[in-house]
Parts: sequence; structure tokens; C-alpha cells
Amino acid sequence: MLHIYCPHCDEHREEEEFRPKGEAHIARPTEPEKTSDEDWGNYLFFRKNPRGLHHEQWFHAAGCRKFFNVTRDTVTYEILETYKVGQQPAVTAESRKRQASDQGAAK
Amino acid sequence: MSQRNRLGAGGRIDRKRPLRFTFNGVSYQGYAGDTLASALMANGVDVLNRSFKYARPRGLVTAGADEPNAIVQLGASEAGQVPNVRATQQALYEGLVAKSTNGWPNVDRDLMGVIGKLGGQFMPPGFYYKTFMSPASAWPKYEQYIRKAAGLGRSPIENDPDIYDHMNHHCDVLVVGAGPAGLAAALAAGRSGARVIVCDEQEEMGGSLLDSREQIDGKPATEWVAAVLAELAALPDVLVLPRTTANGYHDHNFVTLHQRRTEHLADVAPAADGRRQVRARMHKVRAGRVVLATGTHERPLVYARNDVPGNLVAGAVSTYIRRFGVIPGQRLVLSTSNDHAYRAALDWHDAGREVVAIVDARERPDGDLVAAARSRNIRIITGSAVIEALGKKRVSAAIVGAIDIDGFSVKGSTQELACDTIASSGGYSPVVHLAAHTGRRPVWREDILGFVSGGVPGQIPAGGVAGRWSLADALGDGFESGARAAAEAGLSTRSFTPPTVAPVREGKPVALYQVPHTKPTMRAPKQFVDQQNDVTAAGIELATREGFESIEHVKRYTGLGFGTDQGKLGNINGMAIAARVTGQTIPDTGTTVFRPNYTPITFGAIAGRHCDEFFDPRRYTALQGWHVERGAKFEEVGQWMRPWYFPQGKESMHDAVQRECSAVRERVGILDASTLGKIEIQGKDAREFLNRLYTNAWTKLEPGKCRYGLMCKDDGMVMDDGVTACLAENHFHMTTTTGGAAGVLDWMELWHQTEWPELEVYFNSTTDHWAAMTITGPNARKLLAELTDIDMSNEAFAYMDCREAKVAGVPARIFRISFTGELSFEVNVQANYAMHVWKALFEQGDKHGLTPYGTETMHVLRAEKGFIIIGQETDGSVTPEDLGMQWCVGYKKPYSWIGRRALSRPDTKRSDRKQLVGLKPLDPQLVLQEGAQIVLEKEIRIPMPMVGHVTSSYFSPTLGHGFALALLKGGSQRIGQTVFLPMADGKVHAAEVVSPVFYDPQGARQHV
Amino acid sequence: MQHYSGFGLVKHGLSHHENWQRMWRNPAPKSEYDIIVVGGGGHGLATAYYLAKVHGITNIAVIEKGWLGGGNTARNTTIVRSNYLWDEAAWLYEHAMKLWEGLSQDLNYNVMFSQRGVMNLGHTLQDMRDIHRRVNANRLNGIDGEVLDVSQIQAIVPHMDCSANRRYPVLGASWQPRAGVARHDAVAWGFARGADSLGVDLLQQTEVTGFRISGGKVLGVETNRGFIGGKTIGVVTAGNSGVLAKMAGFKLPVESHPLQALVSEPLKPILDTVVMSNHVHGYVSQSDKGDLVIGAGIDGYTGYGQRGSYPTIEHTLQAIIELFPIFSRVRMNRQWGGIVDTTADACPIISATPVGGLFFNCGWGTGGFKATPGSGHVFAATLAAGKAHPLAAPFTIDRFVSGKLIDEHGAAGVAH
Repeated sequence: MLHIYCPHCDEHREEEEFRPKGEAHIARPTEPEKTSDEDWGNYLFFRKNPRGLHHEQWFHAAGCRKFFNVTRDTVTYEILETYKVGQQPAVTAESRKRQASDQGAAK
Repeated sequence: MSQRNRLGAGGRIDRKRPLRFTFNGVSYQGYAGDTLASALMANGVDVLNRSFKYARPRGLVTAGADEPNAIVQLGASEAGQVPNVRATQQALYEGLVAKSTNGWPNVDRDLMGVIGKLGGQFMPPGFYYKTFMSPASAWPKYEQYIRKAAGLGRSPIENDPDIYDHMNHHCDVLVVGAGPAGLAAALAAGRSGARVIVCDEQEEMGGSLLDSREQIDGKPATEWVAAVLAELAALPDVLVLPRTTANGYHDHNFVTLHQRRTEHLADVAPAADGRRQVRARMHKVRAGRVVLATGTHERPLVYARNDVPGNLVAGAVSTYIRRFGVIPGQRLVLSTSNDHAYRAALDWHDAGREVVAIVDARERPDGDLVAAARSRNIRIITGSAVIEALGKKRVSAAIVGAIDIDGFSVKGSTQELACDTIASSGGYSPVVHLAAHTGRRPVWREDILGFVSGGVPGQIPAGGVAGRWSLADALGDGFESGARAAAEAGLSTRSFTPPTVAPVREGKPVALYQVPHTKPTMRAPKQFVDQQNDVTAAGIELATREGFESIEHVKRYTGLGFGTDQGKLGNINGMAIAARVTGQTIPDTGTTVFRPNYTPITFGAIAGRHCDEFFDPRRYTALQGWHVERGAKFEEVGQWMRPWYFPQGKESMHDAVQRECSAVRERVGILDASTLGKIEIQGKDAREFLNRLYTNAWTKLEPGKCRYGLMCKDDGMVMDDGVTACLAENHFHMTTTTGGAAGVLDWMELWHQTEWPELEVYFNSTTDHWAAMTITGPNARKLLAELTDIDMSNEAFAYMDCREAKVAGVPARIFRISFTGELSFEVNVQANYAMHVWKALFEQGDKHGLTPYGTETMHVLRAEKGFIIIGQETDGSVTPEDLGMQWCVGYKKPYSWIGRRALSRPDTKRSDRKQLVGLKPLDPQLVLQEGAQIVLEKEIRIPMPMVGHVTSSYFSPTLGHGFALALLKGGSQRIGQTVFLPMADGKVHAAEVVSPVFYDPQGARQHV
Repeated sequence: MQHYSGFGLVKHGLSHHENWQRMWRNPAPKSEYDIIVVGGGGHGLATAYYLAKVHGITNIAVIEKGWLGGGNTARNTTIVRSNYLWDEAAWLYEHAMKLWEGLSQDLNYNVMFSQRGVMNLGHTLQDMRDIHRRVNANRLNGIDGEVLDVSQIQAIVPHMDCSANRRYPVLGASWQPRAGVARHDAVAWGFARGADSLGVDLLQQTEVTGFRISGGKVLGVETNRGFIGGKTIGVVTAGNSGVLAKMAGFKLPVESHPLQALVSEPLKPILDTVVMSNHVHGYVSQSDKGDLVIGAGIDGYTGYGQRGSYPTIEHTLQAIIELFPIFSRVRMNRQWGGIVDTTADACPIISATPVGGLFFNCGWGTGGFKATPGSGHVFAATLAAGKAHPLAAPFTIDRFVSGKLIDEHGAAGVAH
């Protein structure tokens, strides 16, 4: 069971208080009527579904009722950060790669 | 029967408290402090069970959680039955009743054993995959026989009389295991002021110290245990949990601890202080740090016929002697690969019985324990091992031979040593299960010949589990780990001087798993690796020969490690054998995956109190008491209990519903509508939000007006509906379906917070705050007018208006909306006034013919009007247009509301989609089956194209015939056609496709 | 291939089982195959088997990063049924069911397909409407099924508590007598042995690290054992399908979730059939070894960890006790998790992709095991012909664009 830091409550809480809501940062097309069927299908159903670092949305359903984002490793289930809707993640696949190569260089 | 294997003195049992118990119907005596296993051993009961596949007689092998054989059925009554109890972990209590789980007619003379003996040769691993295939029709019969042999114990067939509960904890440091390392860690962490939980699975805390030969600070180790436990008990933030197994280790240091609270007292929890006790408790712990001090399990050696009763692991011999004052037999042969196991021979000798020989696989053993054995003149045969046990139901001799470990062969001739007990030790496996539950693979350490933790964040292995095996090391490591855990949790710790322990020098062990035999493995007598599943070394060899080279394949093909001991005893040996025969190393072969539970845990304990009425809370409206008093029958809607109908006297449901329907159509009825979801919406952008959320337009809805709205998901499929009222320019009262209330609120939050944060709008659930009652029928106005303070005339309070008013003297919101097609008012009052208002309505209602009605009548009345129910007329694949509700779709709204874009996808704009229609059965008395499939031809041929199905179907007293709603392919084009409904009984019903609005199509009645 | 029979067992028994042959070879990869199947689980192995057997294409490799049948084939609750609501799904699963019915004989490998019946319980009036709707549809599609009342249920499952005093009393059930369970590992092994004997190369411990694509067409796969050529490639990697799609440069309408299951300790036979309840959210059967095999729904988050969250296990056992209060004193032995690739409509994807020659068979969600032979059979035909088998045709990726979903959620909340 995950232990999740809610950036609105400023506390770690048990997973049972939250609901996972899938991939984060999916933007609804701003002009749906001008969006192709394919792009609309993409928006509705097609997902990155990464094995590894994942930015996902969670809902503090039995807490503050706020949505927020979590950066989590989908294999180890390690949570690397949580951040509010509208913010961008600090930990990304790219930043991790950079970090790894920096460490490699330092050695 | 006397306790013939009970030693005259010693052990941590209370000889002043004898306890009676029965095993397989025979009465025995043991002592308080015994386990069932030690008491059976004391009484000389050798054969405790029969094996699963070959029905071989089996006895005790270990003294703990790793026991594969002594699995018994416990329980004196039917409801008190407990299947699959490990006798080694069951405390003895007065009146305990236990039985073997296998063996017919009994465990001593088992007829299956004959078959096992004869047929065993023809039952290699996976034999059932290779036979029972012809003829195909005979398989069910074969399977019946296979199933007869299934299982160990049996489930009770009466409901569990006991209760179980859960307790949540947060702690700084959780210590798993209360042996030397665990107790030291708990003490170090506890003294720092950390919140500490320390648990141990055994009846008594102390672990290996309870049967240790060593001294701590110059005193018996058990005295140190007592002193530490006393200090821990006195520390305010330390919780000591004996009889508590850490059974599962989950992500982010979430550990479940299963505490057996009454199993040492009786099979059904006895009352205490006149109250029910909880049989078991699950402590759910979120720990800052976990000190894993789970110690080791000793590996037995794998030699021929090592399953004959009287073959034990060496450490168990010491445990039985030192802890329980009971000795497994008269004459011992010890076969070992290491020094530590010498303890068994020393304890045996010191108990005054004969050690026939110690057979040591090493050429030149030389540690302190070896010296101690030599000083007792115990015969030591080096470079050798027991290669085979003799005896049927009890060991009668050991065949000993010199072995070449690297060449995997027996050198020269063998000798037979008469004995009744063979103890063996192939080394010690760290108990790493809890370090592997979250997916980390254990890592092999060649220096200790065992797997250790691969490293889990927040977890600190200490003592034996970390490969630190001497008492001094375990204690030192425990103190250090406890202090480190507390420090990492942010507490300041002091330094300690660990207690003094005289060093014991142990020689280097040798890697020995399967012992070679004079015959090749395939031809040697069975060498058991996993006794519970009857997995042999030959079976593993055969599996690899057939291509099952991955250890996971070996496990699955042979059954290795699938037993209730989860391979604690046999897995490493099995892997080592697989590695040897495939020419790999053990680390290359790897382990199978450890999964929770560490030891099996009852469903009841995992479920806790969330059973029966607490399985899912029932929700009741404020009027529940009245409904019950009026004899209502109830329907489950979501979590809610809603009155289904109100039978009078012995009235049938049909009659009651006909009466209630007529009452509404002719006079006035009242429905408790409190369960409808209600959401208060406020803010300057509330209206714009509704425009985006609903399919229809909200821009022009004035204060004091209501509007029906339809909600879609962004795939264009209808998800919910309801009426929303405009109370003020920036203030709305939304209603949702009963089942959809919570989901709709979440949905609104999702869109507002993630997509449209710029809109200033706020939502609040008010479902429980308002009780709602629908007063409907021609007399509704007359009745309500008697109780309100406002002008109820059609001119002043028109259809789809809403008003704030007093009803029966209390503030109310009244919505003039109609789900029945009749003149209707939905009165909402604060829930705690509901009963007052409801009763006031009934006081005035009699003269108007006021009749309470339930959901069934509600359904009939709304269906007559063609009104949909979400989840009944819709199933997630239905668009607003499919429902014929184009009138409710605002294509001209400027913002592309949720669902709009999807409606123009190729599939959603098809004209031949399934559409909502009415069906009128040609037989007017017929009520079609809800869920009946619709076809276009009367002649039935299978398979047959289906064009739709009946969603709702009732008999209408108003219309005088049965009628239905249906989703029908191209339905709007089929009005007037006849369709057919083939039923399971072979009948084919015919119905005419009609408009879904059966009653008052102009809607005149609701406008009066 | 060594023929298996009871007689053979006796013969080998007398020779100490020293003469059993390997069930499959361990070949070195060739440089090029006519068809490559990525994924050595049940579906992939079945695909290869039927390609060789039905279509006569034997220059095939099955590429498996771990061990054969080591993914969801090894981790499911072994339920086989075909009582799906919508025509497209019902036909596909019934196609599988018919293959199941002769599979042991076809493979000369006893997959222990046991038609002990599957019961889907109804606890609310809407459950019962849905049950009638589904059973009526099944019947008209030629799939066996009936609606049972409480006394009929009780006769089949005497130890379930069907009384009115449960929190959610049982109102009725659908019943498919031909449905049941099979020995999951044996299915993979039987197909593997069959495929191998027809010349298929089963390449274990071979991990695909990328696709070689030129001009929009696939040329082969890069692996940890080097490049392996193949101009027709079928990917059948269940939970990892999204990862493979990413390598090929496109996204799929799937999300990978943990699906947990558990078994009790072995018990003497007490439950003869499969009992499922969507409403209380759990299902249970008893294996031939005596274990109660239990599962429920997926965990809500994306997860490749082959484990889920503990509350799911708690809820599942609460549901089982709601149905069978007598099991409260039974112990759970072991829990585990698989990685299931779920789609929005709970139906699979058997489809061409934006890359020429590259086909995907995925998205089976929680329902993959039961389809194993059918999935392999139609996917083999699809790969052999380069276009969809008629039964596979509705299950394109395109349906997520056109909107032509086959929504089994409505009728099968927990779809197993």
C-alpha cells in the first residue's frame, strides 16, 4: 500500500484516502470541434503507460478533495515527488538520465 | 499413556499444570508451555500425518513455522474447526482436539499408502499432464478421483462464531523478531524514545535464546531475555506483541502483523470479563524504519528416505530438549555440514541419551563445539554423511558413507548405524521473505551459503537474517541496527555497551544440499526436498531433463515450495539441486519469488470487522423508521435501502404496485426521494460550469426555475442525469441519480480542478442534508397548499419552478418537477425535520387519498412516460440521441461541452444505432422479461442476429396492458413494426414497436 | 515428439524415468524467420502452434524475455468461460471455448480443462436484469447458459450462504455449465511442446530491445542476442504491450494495472464450481489440489511490479466471507499479482498497427487466460494472411478512433 504525500495537506497519508486517476498532463484539445477523429481518440484513450517513471494524477478523495500529480516509478512503486495541478514535474525521465550520466562522470 | 519421551527435568514448561488433549481420538497429557508438537513428541506419537501424493507416513521435522508435515485439523466443535494448523506453532491448551489431515481409515494404517507405494513409481512430477487424456469423455471421472485426494484439512461448514479486528499504527521503528538481534534492536530504539513495535511469532519471546547453551553477562540467556522484556514493558512508547507474525511486507514500509489473541486458549475465542474476545487482530503498521531480525531457518540434508518419522533438522532437536523438556528418541545419529548443528548432539548427550555418532561431511572439523563433542567421547565420523534412513514408520537405522561432494558420489563401502532418530543440518538460510515481498530479489552470499536481502529502502536487516550468526555478533548488530533505525527516524540515541558473551569459535561449513547415494538419483530411494508436496531430488532432476530449466519452471512442474510452509524448508535445497543438475551456480539459478503471507493467515483476520452488516455500510434515509413501521419491502440501490413497495396486509407485490400506481394517477402519492444525490453549486461561473458539464444549455435559466440535464463522458456516452434548480444568479441546487452522486461530484471536481481552474465555482455534497419527498398526483397541490405559506396556484408556481417556502412550519425548497407525469412537487427539508414534515403530510393527506409508494411504482410511472433510468436504459454505450433526447442536446452552445465532440465520430453518428423505443406486447396481459433479446424473425435459428433488448418492462394498470422500453437497432425507424422476443422456455413473444411515451404524450397532466 | 499416455507412464516408471525427452528444444536463434511472435506466454505459444499446425508455417520464432508462460499465464485464476454479452466478444470467447474442449487431445498434453461450470451471482434487481440480458444473448448466440434461482444455486453450491440475512443477499445467478477452469501452466507447456515439435524455435531469455523498421515496414527485432529478421511480427506481450509499442513508435489505448489473486491452504473438496460476484466483487473456485483460488478486480494505478495494494486483498476476502461466511477460519496461503493491459471497453486488441507487418494482440485485461487457444488461433490466421481473421476484425485499434467500442464493462464489471 502506497504512502502518498499530499501537496495540499502537506502530509503523508495512506493510499486508501486517495484514488488514482491515470496519466497526468493530458490536455483536452482546446478546439474539440476542429480536432480530427484520430486526435480525439488519442486524447480519450491512448496512453503513455510507461514502465518506469510515470507522471500520474491522484485525487485525495477522502481528504482535502484536491487533485494533484505524482511522479512514481511503476516498477518499484517508489514515489519521487508530488506536485500540484498546473505545476511541472521536477523529476522526469530526462532529468534522471542526466543525473545518472553526471554521476557516471563524477566517478 | 505416559509421556515416555519427557525428560525428567528442564524445559520452559509448567509441570504443575498438566493439560489433557486428544489426537486422532486418543487422549494424552502434556504441560502448559508445550506446543501440540512437543506434547505429541512427549507421548511418543511418531506418525502425525500422511503425505499428499504418496501417502507416506510422516512425523515432526522442525519445531517452528517451517514444519511441512505436522499439519493437523483442530477443533472440538463444527464451528470451531481450524484446518491446517501447524502443530509446532499451536500452543497446547486444556481440552484441545486435533486430528491428522490425511490417512484413511487412519493415519497409522492408510490404504492410500498402499497405492502410494505401488503407484509412486508411476507418478513422477507432472504425470497428470501426460495421461487421463483418452477417451476425452472420461476426464471428468478421472478428475473426480484426483479431487478426492485433494487438500489437507477441511473447512468448517458452520459460520465462524469468532470476530477479528484491525488496528492501525504508525511507528518510528518496527522490529520483526524478538531473538537476540530483535530484542537488542528494540531496546536500543526504545531507549532513544522512539515509538517502537516489536513482534515475534512464537508463544514466548526470545527466539534462539530460549534454547541457547550460551550465557549472556555470565548468566543464562533466558535471564537476559526476561530483563529486556521487563525494560521494554516499562518504556511508554514501546508496544510488545507476542504471538504476532509479520505476515506481509508491502510498499513504503507498510507491514501487516497478525496477532493470535486466543488461539492458545481454545479453538473458539473464550469470553473474558463476560465479553467476546477478538480471536485474532491484524495490526497494520506504517513504519519509519523496520529492523528485520527474523533469524534463520536450518536446512535439512537431502538423503534417501529422509521423510521417515524420526528424521529431524538438528536445531529442532535442541529446541525440543531445551525448551520443552522432551526428546525425540533414544539413539541419535547427527549428519551435518557445519559446527553449529553439533548443539543437537551435545544437548542429546547431556540429556542422558545415546549419541550413536556425529557424521560430519567435512574432513577436519575443528570448532569449539566439535571439541565439546570430542570431550564427551562422542564418535565423530568425518568426510561422511547419512545417505539413507531405514525404517517404516520410525527410523531404525542410518546408512552412513564417505562422500565426495564435488564428484557427487559415495566413496567406498557404507555402514549401518542402528538409531531411532536422525538429525541433519545442511546450513542456515536467512529468513529473507519479508525483504523480498516488495519485489527485491535476494542476493546469494557464498561465505554464509545463503541468500540475504537485496536491500529494501527503510529496512535494516540485523543478526541472523543478515548473516551474523554468532550470539555476540547478533546482539551487537541488533543494538547497532536499533540505534541506527531510531537515528534515521530523527531521534538522538546514546551508545551502549552490548552485554558480554563468551566467543564460540565455529569452523567453516561445507556446501552440501543433496547427499549423494550409491545409486544415481533417479534410481535411489526417494530423497525428499519438499516433504509437504512430495517433491524429490529425482523429480527436480527429471524436470530439468524435460526442459524445465528455469527455477520457476521447476517449482511449477514439481510443486516445490507450493505447500503451506511455502518452501521454507526445501526451497534452497531444491534450487541447489536444480543448479547442480543444470550445471549452473546457485546465484545464476536464483530464487523463486517470495510472496505474502510469511505463514498462512485466516481470511477472517484479513477481513477484520468488515463482515456481515459491516461488509458495506447500509445507508438509510431520515424516514426509514416510518417505512419499516408501514411494512415496506426494501430494494438495495447502491448502498441505500429504499422502500420498494408498501404492501397492505397480505397483498402481493403486483397488487401493491397496481394500487400505488392508481393512487398516484388518480389521487396523490408520496415517495421518499431523499437518496437522490444533491450538490450545491455556487460561484460566479457556476452557470458556465453547468453549460460545459451538461449537454444542454443553462445560460437562460432564471432564478426560481428548474431544468432537466443530461451528462455525458467525453466519449459521448450518457453517464448521469437529474434536475438542477437555479436558486439565485450564482447559486444552483443539482440533483443526480442515487447511485451516481459521489461519482458526479468527483467528476465535477476533476474538470474544475484540472481543466477549468479559471472558473470560480464551488461544489458541496448536500445529499444527506436534505430529505426529499415527492408529492405527486392530481391532489398534490391541494394537499401541499394546506401546509405551505406560499401561493401554490399554477400561475404563481408553474411547472419547472422552484420556490423556497415553509412546509409544515419548517424551511423547504420545493421543486415543481415531475418524474411521474402527474402534477408533482418535490419538497426538500433539512433531514432532521423530515419525519415531522412527512407525518404532517399524512395527517392532512388522508382526505386526499395520500398513498406512500416505493421505487417499483416510481419505475412503472416513469416508464409510462418514457423517462429513462441511468444504468437501466443506459449501459455506458448509449448517447443522448440514442435515447431520443435531442431536445436535451445544445449543439449551439459556444463551449464544446463534455461529450459533444465524440458525438460526431463515425460510429456515434450512425443512424442505425440502438435507439430507445417502446414495446407493446401483442398479448396485452404479457409482461416482457427485462433483459429479453429482440430479433426480427419469428423463426428461431441459432445463432441468430439480435437487434436490441428490453430495458424496462411492467404491467400498467393505467394503460391496462403490459408495456416495455427497449433499445432497438434503428429503433426510431421501426415504429409500427412487429419484433420478436425468444425466451428460454422456447416461447417467442411478439411486440409492436411504439413510441416510448405511453401516457399523456402531450405532457398535459404535469402542467395543470 | 514423445507421445504421452498412461501406458507410457508405466513404461517410463519401470525405467526409472530416465528416458523422458525434453518437452522443447533450446535452439540458437536463426538470422531470419518467416514470422516472429514476441511473447512466450500462453497466447504467443498458441499463436505459434496454430501458425505451424493450421497454416503450415514452421519457420517461426517465439521470443521470450524470461521463461515460457512466465507472465499472466502463470498468474491468473484459471477461469474459462464464454458467456460474454456482446456478439463480437461472445463469438471470440466461444471460439476459444470450442478449442478448449478438445485441447488436451489436440496437444497430447492434459491441460486439465475442467468444465465444472461458472456461476455469476446477482444481488440487485439491476444485476438480475443484466443477467437475463446476457443469458438471453448467449442462448441466441449458441452459447450455453441459464438463469438460476436461489434454490437452484443452493443445490449446486450448498455451502454458500444464500439466506436473506446477508448484507447483499443472492437473488439469482447466470450459469454456464460448459465453463470451468484449466491448469494454467500446463496450457503454456502444452502449446510450447506442440509448437516445438512442429519446428517452431522457442527462444527463452531473449529480450526484444527494439524493432528495425524501414519505410514504415518492420524488418525484424533487435534483441539481447542480436538482430533477428522477420517481416511479419506478432506482439503478444500482455502487460508489457505498451512498452513494445513505444519501441515501435506508437501508443496503444491500454493501461497496465496490477491484478492480484490469492490462494488458501489446500482444503478437502468443498466447492465444486466457480462462483463469481461482480456486485460484492470477488470470485472463488477450488483447484484440484484443494486450494481456494480467489480474485477480484484490478488495482487502480498503473503498475508493472507484479504486486498491488493490500486493501484490494482485504476487500476481496471480505467479499468471499460475505458469500461464504464458513471460510472465515480458512487461511490465505499466498497472494501475487500479474500485469494486465486494460482497454476502455474491456475487450482485446487484435490488430494491424501503424507499422507494416507489425501486429499486436493485447488488451485482454483481466480476461486473457480463458481466450488463450482462441486468441492464438485467430491471431495465427491474422499473421498468416496479413489481415484480420473475421472473428478478430472487430477488435482493431481503430475502434478507439471511430467509437465502435464493444463495451463489456456494463455486463462484466469484474471480467474474468
